[in-house]
Amino acid sequence: MAATASHAEVPRSRPGLDLLRKALRHGSVLFGGGLILALALVALFGASLAPYDPMAMDFTARFAPPSWAHPFGTDDFGRDVFSRVLYGAAVSFQVAFIAVGISGLAGVALGLTAGYRGGWIDEVIMRVMDVLFAFPAVLLAITVMAILGRGVENAMIAIAIVYAPIFARVTRGAVISVRDREFVTAARALGQSQLRIMLRHVLPNALGPIIVQTSLSLAFAILAEAALSFFGLGTQPPDPSWGRMLSEGRGFLQQAPWMGIFPGLAIMVSVLGFNTLGDGLRDVLDPRFRGRH
Amino acid sequence: MSLSYLLRRLGSVLLVLFGVSLVTFAIIPLLPGSPARVTLGVQATPAAVATLERQMGLDRPLPVQYVSWVGGILTRGDFGTSLISRQPIAGEVTRRVPATLTLALAALLVGLAIALPAGILAALKPGSPRDLGVSLFSQLGVSVPDFWMGILLILLFSETLGWLPSSGYRPLSDGLAPFLQHITLPALTAGIISGAIMTRFVRSALLEVLNQDYVRTAHAKGLPRRKVMRKHVLRNASISIVTIVGLQMATLLSAVVVVEIIFAWPGLGQLALTATLQRDYPALQAAVLLSAVAFTVINLLTDLSYTFLDPRVSYT
Repeated sequence: MAATASHAEVPRSRPGLDLLRKALRHGSVLFGGGLILALALVALFGASLAPYDPMAMDFTARFAPPSWAHPFGTDDFGRDVFSRVLYGAAVSFQVAFIAVGISGLAGVALGLTAGYRGGWIDEVIMRVMDVLFAFPAVLLAITVMAILGRGVENAMIAIAIVYAPIFARVTRGAVISVRDREFVTAARALGQSQLRIMLRHVLPNALGPIIVQTSLSLAFAILAEAALSFFGLGTQPPDPSWGRMLSEGRGFLQQAPWMGIFPGLAIMVSVLGFNTLGDGLRDVLDPRFRGRH
Repeated sequence: MSLSYLLRRLGSVLLVLFGVSLVTFAIIPLLPGSPARVTLGVQATPAAVATLERQMGLDRPLPVQYVSWVGGILTRGDFGTSLISRQPIAGEVTRRVPATLTLALAALLVGLAIALPAGILAALKPGSPRDLGVSLFSQLGVSVPDFWMGILLILLFSETLGWLPSSGYRPLSDGLAPFLQHITLPALTAGIISGAIMTRFVRSALLEVLNQDYVRTAHAKGLPRRKVMRKHVLRNASISIVTIVGLQMATLLSAVVVVEIIFAWPGLGQLALTATLQRDYPALQAAVLLSAVAFTVINLLTDLSYTFLDPRVSYT
């Protein structure tokens, strides 16, 4: 019995370390991960790094072009764009992590249940996911915002609802591929409870694709938050968020193009980081894609 | 393709569409306020709101309301009345569907014009500087926010150079030149991003075929490179490429929502946002429902074309 139990542990302890080593040698993982780490530090400490108060208006310095005093220039209220971009990082990352956290938890729980239990439970869960999938993503987010109302918390919920079905599908696929492996059968033969088997044996071995999806979803979530704020549905003024800054900058394209250029650049760099990290992790973690790119 | 597969696939699509109609219908009952209140404004008396609710049929049980809403759409193409303009929504929507589809199609063409050459060039010499350059382009393209790209294109081509209009739509019936002038920037915005996505798929589809034994055999028996490419590689890769194109067309229906809003393009996405901001919920329902139906139908067609094009795939 002890032998069976230790056998069941094998697939997730040692290979984990090997994978970590492999991941750290992978160029995309290093580049994307480094980018995200740097941005996360900005999101955490941006407030103390910022040279100016992001809300402080200075009507003597409206529309100032980039200079040493204002590296990204100033906006229509004379606010320092660089400080606002630094502050915006906190908003974007917070929304993205919370939204993806909610959608990941919900999606993984649904996908795990559907994939492991199968039968009518699988049918019902996946058909509901199909229905959510049938809506173009941006429209579904707008619709949820129409029902819940504007605001950054509701934007998180909207993004979570839009991306939960992807987590459910990815998890279900991964779960089905490990559901009938020997160590799961062994755990079942030992009389372990279904919940314990699902959480201790099936989920850890299905984690690869879920981790990859998390990174890619964070990229989507940053874009989605920026889009919703750009439409005026997400972050509300005067809070600086990259999407809001872009939509404000849009009115002054000729006069002060830097108002729109820098927040957009910040969005792009973050999305690039999460996308590259996700692609690298897929190479390392997801056996189905190994060596295909 | 077997008949039973076709029927099963159609059945599941109908089930999904039923679910879609339920979700879309649920928008109004889920709202905190009533549409009658939106129409009459905040100053209206509760009695006036109740009277209008009765006139709009909102006092009936939800299943009855659902059946009459879906029935109206299916039998008469009646999507209800706009709360803002008080006009039937159907007319508004039928004007907008072609605008959205035209833009999505134009963006798809731009995307293909980028993805096919770039993907092929990259796949022919994997690992070369050329391949790395293409990968870099596609990675950047996938990460660019579409609304930002739109703004940059407007800044360059409309505001600085003054070559193209920054917003609006002219149907093809107004003449080719105005149509092209108005569609170029929105189509480029959505198309460049879509091209970046498709480039990766074209590249890996080609690489997969290039590594097949029959390609090596074709080279070994001394066929000219051009002929190997045309007769063996491209022909076999075209099956996966058709699938990519279909999936991308569906994705574009979502992507053009943002582009429509930036370029004031009178499509379904722009209608959805305006309706949300003005709280014109029946119009929102119509826009969302039609987009979801189009999305589902395109996905179904992609699926079926796959079995049609590749004789090796047979679903039973």
